[in-house]
Amino acid sequence: MKILVCLSNVPDTTTKIKLNGDQSALDMTGVQWVINPWDELALTRALDLKEKSEGKIDTITVITVGESLTEPTIRKALAVGADDAVRINLNPTDDYEVASNIAAWVKNNPYNIILTGIESSDYNGSAVGGMLAEFLKIPSVSSVSFLDMEGDKPLMKREIPGGTETIRVPMPFVAIVQKGIALDPRIPAMRGIMMARKKELTVVEPAGEGSKSTYIGFAMPKAKAKVKMIDAENAGQLITLLHEEAKVI
Amino acid sequence: MSVIVYTENWDGKFKKSSYELVSYAHALASELGVETIAISIGQVPEDQLNALANYGANKVLCVKNPELAVLDNAAYASAIARAAKANNAQVVVFANNFTGKAVAPRVAVKLEAGMANSVTTLPLSFSPFVVQKNIFNGKAQGNLQINSNIKVLSLAQNSFGVKESSVSLTIENFDAQLDSSKFNTELIEKNTVSGKIILTDAELVVSGGRGMKSPDNWGPLEELAAILGAGTACSRPVADEGWRPHSEHVGQTGKVIAPNLYIALGISGAIQHLAGVSSSKVIVAVNTDPEAPFFEAADYGILGDVNKILPKLVEAAKAFKAHS
Repeated sequence: MKILVCLSNVPDTTTKIKLNGDQSALDMTGVQWVINPWDELALTRALDLKEKSEGKIDTITVITVGESLTEPTIRKALAVGADDAVRINLNPTDDYEVASNIAAWVKNNPYNIILTGIESSDYNGSAVGGMLAEFLKIPSVSSVSFLDMEGDKPLMKREIPGGTETIRVPMPFVAIVQKGIALDPRIPAMRGIMMARKKELTVVEPAGEGSKSTYIGFAMPKAKAKVKMIDAENAGQLITLLHEEAKVI
Repeated sequence: MSVIVYTENWDGKFKKSSYELVSYAHALASELGVETIAISIGQVPEDQLNALANYGANKVLCVKNPELAVLDNAAYASAIARAAKANNAQVVVFANNFTGKAVAPRVAVKLEAGMANSVTTLPLSFSPFVVQKNIFNGKAQGNLQINSNIKVLSLAQNSFGVKESSVSLTIENFDAQLDSSKFNTELIEKNTVSGKIILTDAELVVSGGRGMKSPDNWGPLEELAAILGAGTACSRPVADEGWRPHSEHVGQTGKVIAPNLYIALGISGAIQHLAGVSSSKVIVAVNTDPEAPFFEAADYGILGDVNKILPKLVEAAKAFKAHS
């Protein structure tokens, strides 16, 4: 059995967002690039499943759509235990382009389970997993917080508003995962980093469709008015202010 | 020509977010000079459907194919895309919620449409078609130009508001002509907590962080939430420590919420936490540390120990409710 984990290369979540002078682009100078946090959890779960599968899961492959500057992120995924990696050599413009290009690879290189994070922490697209499944005409399950194998059959839980549903779909499928799918991501050890250098990283040229949308400008949120402090001794006054001034209760 | 809006129901009922969505679709359709058509899947009573007219829906298509009894992302996408094609949709609108995230991307591929999610405004321009959307969880906004003929949008909750605009409405049945052999999502078990306010729906949220000091101190927080009719939430460390369930974690990697009121009790306001709540209309921060970043993002602040301040808030909220 083979698992594919889709990775997005994103600015570290503590990054302060800055715009360039004419607000046409984000200023990415000095940004630390990391694996998108949800993709990292997906990878962690895939590795856990492989380790306890007694050989039933053969390989964990990671794939990313990006130019060579994404390779440190891919190497990190290999260092924590992914078996091999694919990089589609394209600086993508939107989710449609990303999903279409991953689908083009998967059509010739099938996997039993494909994992994506529920969104990327940069453009918050939330669309690659669903689009990928539709391009491949296979099932997708979204907001997955639990994935396990019951014998040869995968079992999932998805988070619905106010609860969970336990779901099964036939393989191959795309699971779009969220928080809860795995505990803390793995930290690469020196041995893993050394081994990652020898693992195969296949670079392929794009074979999918182009984008349908493009960012033409950016803006920062409006600055907030200064906080109004309330004396702790009279904390109850807050309730009055929320009713009379803010009018939210 | 039309704007299609998917109006999800919960046990046969619409919610305020459904009306917000129809309000948005109607405003969009008015600008384009086309009809607003709602799609409703499953059994929904007629009075519920008729209520959509108050927010500008000209027509509701009721889809009752048995393949749609369980949320199968592919089946839902097939039904909605088919309705969109049959009605020559220019724009298809979803909520940026659980179902929207599951279904909208598949619809976009079926319609060869560009997609923008977490959209916060009406289009800035129609030709070219440009929408503004949240990026970096609201730390910035991006202007996204969609170049395809059909556009798929999902609206960030509480970003547009409910706007009344009464029109006359027709109700029609729509057969989505689904091939049941193609759809195979098997629902094995469903677990829901009844009577609890769903966090992503909550208009008011009371949230606790490490400043609460112990999971045993949550009583007054829950009491305050109950008095106000608020949902309860928590910060990441609190969820990771197991003090509160993960379903309550709000922030960049947890839930992203935009209630009218967010009360942060003993949460310092790390950038990842703020990313999940910064779209809230009014923010209250209570913290012992005057340098806590939350005071920068808050509208109201109280400096002090939450465990001493909470009982005062509970008392004041009780008195307020007794008089209102």
